[in-house]
Amino acid sequence: MISLAGRDILHGWGRFLLTGVGLGLLIGVTLSMAGIYRGMVEDADVLLKNSGADLWVVQQGTLGPYAEPSSMYEDTYKGITGMQGVALAANITYLTMQVREGIRDVRAMVVGVVPGGPGEPGQPGYLIAGRHITASHYEAVADVKAGFALGDSITIRRNRFRIVGLSRRMVSSGGDPMVFIPLKDAQEAQFLKDNDALLQQRRRITDNPLFNRPGVPGLLEAVIASQTTNLYVNAVLVQLKPGYRPEVVAKNIHRWKQLQVYTQPQMRSILVDKLIATSAKQIGMFLVILSIVSAAIVAFIIYTMTMAKIREIAVLKLIGTKNRVIASMIMQQALGLGAIGFVVGKIIATLWAPYFPRYVLLEPGDAARGFIAIGG
Amino acid sequence: MTKGIVIEGLKKRYGTGDTTVDALKGVDMQVAPGEVVGLVGPSGSGKSTLLKCLGAIIKPSSGRMRLGDEIIYDDQWKIPDLRALRRDKIGFVFQAPYLIPFLDVIDNVALLPMLAGERNSVARKRAVELLEALDVGHRAKAMPSQLSGGEQQRVAIARALVNRPPVILADEPTAPLDSERALAVIGILNEMASQYETAIIIVTHDEKIIPTFKRIYHIRDGRTHEEAGEGKSSRELIKNGK
Repeated sequence: MISLAGRDILHGWGRFLLTGVGLGLLIGVTLSMAGIYRGMVEDADVLLKNSGADLWVVQQGTLGPYAEPSSMYEDTYKGITGMQGVALAANITYLTMQVREGIRDVRAMVVGVVPGGPGEPGQPGYLIAGRHITASHYEAVADVKAGFALGDSITIRRNRFRIVGLSRRMVSSGGDPMVFIPLKDAQEAQFLKDNDALLQQRRRITDNPLFNRPGVPGLLEAVIASQTTNLYVNAVLVQLKPGYRPEVVAKNIHRWKQLQVYTQPQMRSILVDKLIATSAKQIGMFLVILSIVSAAIVAFIIYTMTMAKIREIAVLKLIGTKNRVIASMIMQQALGLGAIGFVVGKIIATLWAPYFPRYVLLEPGDAARGFIAIGG
Repeated sequence: MTKGIVIEGLKKRYGTGDTTVDALKGVDMQVAPGEVVGLVGPSGSGKSTLLKCLGAIIKPSSGRMRLGDEIIYDDQWKIPDLRALRRDKIGFVFQAPYLIPFLDVIDNVALLPMLAGERNSVARKRAVELLEALDVGHRAKAMPSQLSGGEQQRVAIARALVNRPPVILADEPTAPLDSERALAVIGILNEMASQYETAIIIVTHDEKIIPTFKRIYHIRDGRTHEEAGEGKSSRELIKNGK
C-alpha cells in the first residue's frame, strides 16, 4: 500500500515545509521559554557551585547574602576558621550596582574577595583569560557577559579598576554578571559617600559636644574614623574538611557564634524557592499559555489541512478506503508537521540562545516533552 | 437474469411526519452484465437518490437489490461491510473525475486494488493494462493536473473498472465534455461493458448521448418507466456529427 500522507506531502512540499517552519518558530519560542526557566535554576546552581562554599554564614535572622541584606564584622571569619571541621573561611561582600566602562555602564554584581586566594571559597572558579586578583586594590576579574575585555578600565563608584581576568558562568541569581574586586575596595564601595557628604558628616560630628570633648583627646578622630570606614562584610563562606557533615558544623557555628548558617541545599532552596520563584512562576505561566497557543495552532493547521482535502477524503471513502487509513494519513501528516516544527524549533532555539541576555538552558527532556506534546 | 443488477420495488423516504418526501416510490430495474442503460429524468425526479441507493451510499427505505447472485438489500442491508461492497463490487464515475490530486495517474487507478489488499506491483500492472486499453497509458506517470478533461475522465473510468466490479454507476459522466469527447467516453464505457461483462447505469441529461443507449429508464416522480433506445454506436454519431 502506498503512503497517501507521503504522496500528499511530496505533492505540496513547499507549503508543507513553510507551515512546518512557521510552526517551528513557535516551538522555538516555547522551547526558549522553557530554556530561560531552566537557565534561571541552573544559574542559581552554578552560583552556589562556583562559590566553592559548603556553608554560608550570615547575619543572625537573615536569608543573606543573596536574598536579604546581611552584615557582620569582618573578623568573624577568624573565629569560624578555628572551629572543628572548618578547612577554610573567607569574607565576602556582594553588591549589585552599575559598573561603568568608558561611556557605557553595565549592571553587575560586584563581589569583594580576598586577593590572592584562588581556590578559597568565593573566589572566581576557572578563568577563561587572564589571571586572578593579586593586588590589594584596583584589580578586577569580570564575567564575559559583562562585555569587558582584558586591560579595560572600569569605574566602580569613584575608583577605577583594571580587568586582569575573565570568567564564565559567574552571574547572580538575577542574571547580572559578576565583577570580582579586592575585599577592601568592595567594602569601601558599599559605604563610600561623596566628598560633600563626608565633609558634612565630619562637621556634624565636630559640632556635636558629645564627641568633641576638649578633655578627651583622640575621641573626635576615633568617632570620625568609625563613621567613614567599613568594617563589615556580607557573609563568610566556609569550606569543610573531608568527613565532616555540613549540618553538624552549621549547627555548631550557629550555637557558638550566634550566626545564621545555611548548607548548600538550604541556600539552593532560598535561591530557587524564594529569590527566583516569582520570575519562574511568571515564565511558567507564559510557558503554559505558549504551549496552549502552540497546541491550538497545530490543531488549527491540521483542521485546515484536512478541510482542504475534504473532497479527496470523500472520494477515498466512496471508493472503499477504511476510516483507519484516512485517519492514519491525517495523523502521519500531523506527525510530519510536528517533526519538521520540532527540528526547526530546536535548531532555532539553539541558534538564538546565545543572544539572550540570560543563560538559556535547552534540556533534551524539555525538547522531548515538547515533541510529545506536538505529536499528541 | 442471474447476474448484473436487479432492483425490485425500491423505495426511499426522506424525513418524517409533515416533512416526509417519497423520493423513490417503487423502482424496478434490471441491467444485464455487459449492458449499458441510460437513466434519464428531470431534476428532482429521484435519479441521484436511486444512484446513491444503488451505490450503498444511503439506505433505501424498502425494496430489494440484487448484485450478481447476491442479494445486497432486502428491506435491510444484507452485506455487513458496505465499504468493501463499494470497493469491490461497484465502480463510480462522476460528472467531474475527482481524481486524487497528489497521486499520479497510475496510482489513482491502482489505489483501489491496493486498498483491497492487492500487492502494489500487481495493482499497478492491472492499472497500466486498463490505462492502455483506454488510450491514456502514455500519461501513466503524469499528475491529474497535467491531463486534459477527457483524459481525466478516462482515468476515472479506469479507476471505476480496475477492480472488475459487476456494476458501474456513472453520474453525468459526459457533462463537462464537448460532443465528440462525450461520445468517445460513452463508446469507451460500452467497450468496457462488453469486454469486462460489467453492467453500467449512466445517469444523464445529455441529449447527444441518449441515442447511444439500447435501453433507457425514465424516472419521474420516483418511479421508473423502461423504453427501448436507438442503440446507435458512438463512432457513427461522431462521424455524423462531423
